[in-house]
Amino acid sequence: MTAIDPTAHLTAEQIEELGRELDAIRDEVIAGRGEKDAAYIRKVISAQRKLELVSRGVLLFSLFPPAWVIGTAGLSVAKIMDNMEIGHNILHGQWDWMRDPKIHSTTWEWDHVSPAAQWKHSHNELHHTYTNVLGKDNDLGYGIMRVDEDQRWHPVHLGQPLWNFVNACFFEYGIAAYDLELGKNLSKQRRKDPEFRARARAVGRKIRKQVLKDYVVHPLLSGPSFLPTLAATFTANVVRNIWSHSVIMCGHFPEGVQVFERRSIEGETRGQWYLRQMMGSANISGSRAMHFMTGNLSHQIEHHLFPDLPSNRYAEVAVRVRALFEKYELEYVSGPLPKQVFSAWRKVFRLSLPNRRTGAAGTPDREPERELVAA
Amino acid sequence: MVTTPLLPSDYLDLISPLRAGADLRGRIEAVHPETGDAATVVIRPGRGWRGHRAGQYVRVGVDVDGVRLWRAYSLTSPADRRDGRVTITVKAIPDGKVSNHLVRRVKPGTMIRLDQATGDFVLPPVKPAKVLYLTAGSGITPVMGMLRDTGFDDAVMVHCAPRPHDVIFRRELHRLVADGKLRLTEVHTATDGVLDVARLGDLVPDWAERETWACGPTGLLDAAEEHWSRHGVAERLHTERFRPGVVVAGTGGEVTFSATGRTVCADGATPLLDVGEEAGVLMPSGCRMGICFGCVTPLKAGAVRDLRTGEITEAEPGVLIQTCVSAAAGPCDIER
Repeated sequence: MTAIDPTAHLTAEQIEELGRELDAIRDEVIAGRGEKDAAYIRKVISAQRKLELVSRGVLLFSLFPPAWVIGTAGLSVAKIMDNMEIGHNILHGQWDWMRDPKIHSTTWEWDHVSPAAQWKHSHNELHHTYTNVLGKDNDLGYGIMRVDEDQRWHPVHLGQPLWNFVNACFFEYGIAAYDLELGKNLSKQRRKDPEFRARARAVGRKIRKQVLKDYVVHPLLSGPSFLPTLAATFTANVVRNIWSHSVIMCGHFPEGVQVFERRSIEGETRGQWYLRQMMGSANISGSRAMHFMTGNLSHQIEHHLFPDLPSNRYAEVAVRVRALFEKYELEYVSGPLPKQVFSAWRKVFRLSLPNRRTGAAGTPDREPERELVAA
Repeated sequence: MVTTPLLPSDYLDLISPLRAGADLRGRIEAVHPETGDAATVVIRPGRGWRGHRAGQYVRVGVDVDGVRLWRAYSLTSPADRRDGRVTITVKAIPDGKVSNHLVRRVKPGTMIRLDQATGDFVLPPVKPAKVLYLTAGSGITPVMGMLRDTGFDDAVMVHCAPRPHDVIFRRELHRLVADGKLRLTEVHTATDGVLDVARLGDLVPDWAERETWACGPTGLLDAAEEHWSRHGVAERLHTERFRPGVVVAGTGGEVTFSATGRTVCADGATPLLDVGEEAGVLMPSGCRMGICFGCVTPLKAGAVRDLRTGEITEAEPGVLIQTCVSAAAGPCDIER
């Protein structure tokens, strides 16, 4: 949908061949899944639980400032691990093959105000199937922002840098509202729909439990440290929210990522579906620790190609996927976190204003797309 | 409220997985080879273990190559073992994932999942005067549990195995014979041929008067049941069958949606999601391309084929399949 179609040089046969090559990578990883992978996720879960326990233990004494700092940092990291490397990936069914009912997409619940089941529907099904398709994939701006020139501008978009910042701070609530499709469902009629009401009640219950744990029970247990503990859990939640929001913005918002028209996915083949995932996602480069803390969503391209492969395998898959990008002369959008976050934010600011138009033709005057790799 | 969305037990499991109140687990403490392809696994069960009766079996959940697989094995330890450990004796069967893992690869210290002991292949509360144990191959395992548990004044055993060194527990059996606690006839099928149950009277003349426990392959048990009922003493025979149904994976088959009570024919290429919807069954669905895991449903029986990889999945407790990318590979039962 961009002015220059970066996939125009590929023939239909090439696209299907690309699909077969990606299928082969997938089959190989699936055949190689085993004990080491299972041990990995168990180790991560165990480490996360220990870190959370210890951090909350330390926060019982958070009246003492060093305890506050250490506990808050630990709890922030524990919450990030829970949401990113553990929750997100388990809910994708990445670990269902282990047949461990405790580490399974149908039973996992996470430290997040959106109930896992609702999030699975809006994320796994709507976002991953219709990645970056305007009007189908609500992740494009979460229904509150304009993130592509081809979305119609409205004066309300002037405020989108502010919404985006508020959304980042309270991201888990944003996601819960988003999963409920709150904007659409708040009309008088829709509000009464029993199915919507049941889902809204489920969110209410989850919020109540989360808030009770973080802002009532845990501070109360801390006795004289009530207020510092309350502040610590609030801070940890905000840190986790801003972090996950930033990582997720890097997945589909940076410059160079393509969006697609509804029409373009009619009769889409497997190869074309893969190609759309490749062109609609962006990676974050960095250290192993960085990949871990993003829940391997730094390998967003690989994740979108193979959402159900175990996350610990994305790094090795990425090498092969990148080689395919080069072979087929496609742009592999990737960059360090600060650069990608900046790029995404710049887009949010730029698109809060109407497109600049040139002359009578009325075509949007875009920033020049980066040159294609080896094009 | 303190640990939501987790339960306090999720944290306690990190510290004390065998504690009372935890999901039932066991720790493998030792593996003793019995024959070339059989071994006894010593398990320390968690505090929730309610004990067993001699002859019963236990279902164990073992992680093999990261995948949890459940199998049933007879308990071979006496019910009153002092140290609280229990044993199962496992014979490695060709291509058997769990049995080969337990016999050849598992390391002491490994945690496994357990169910409570179950099965009615047990001795009666009142001791019968004369007993006969008729066993073949690994069918000896539940009977060994009985032999170690309860002594009888007059016990006879007829055991079949290919060759002498294939007889599991052979040394212990011969010790029981030497102590006068057991009369034993070994049938070595590699040299003697298969036991003809109709001629059991040649080996044990008073077989019809004996309370009999038989365990072994289907052929032996079928023949025994026929022999005992032909002589009008069917009530004296107790049998235990291993491996009730073996799934043969083909293409397509009769699909039963057991919760709805509907049965339809399916070919080997149509996703079970479509088959179910066509049959008017309320099926959960999502992306319809195998990525969202919104359609996973328990497979109660039979086998399915993954349409993307061709991989066959057989029904086992706890197995869920993605109905949108799975087709029937023979008759199967989907819990919808």
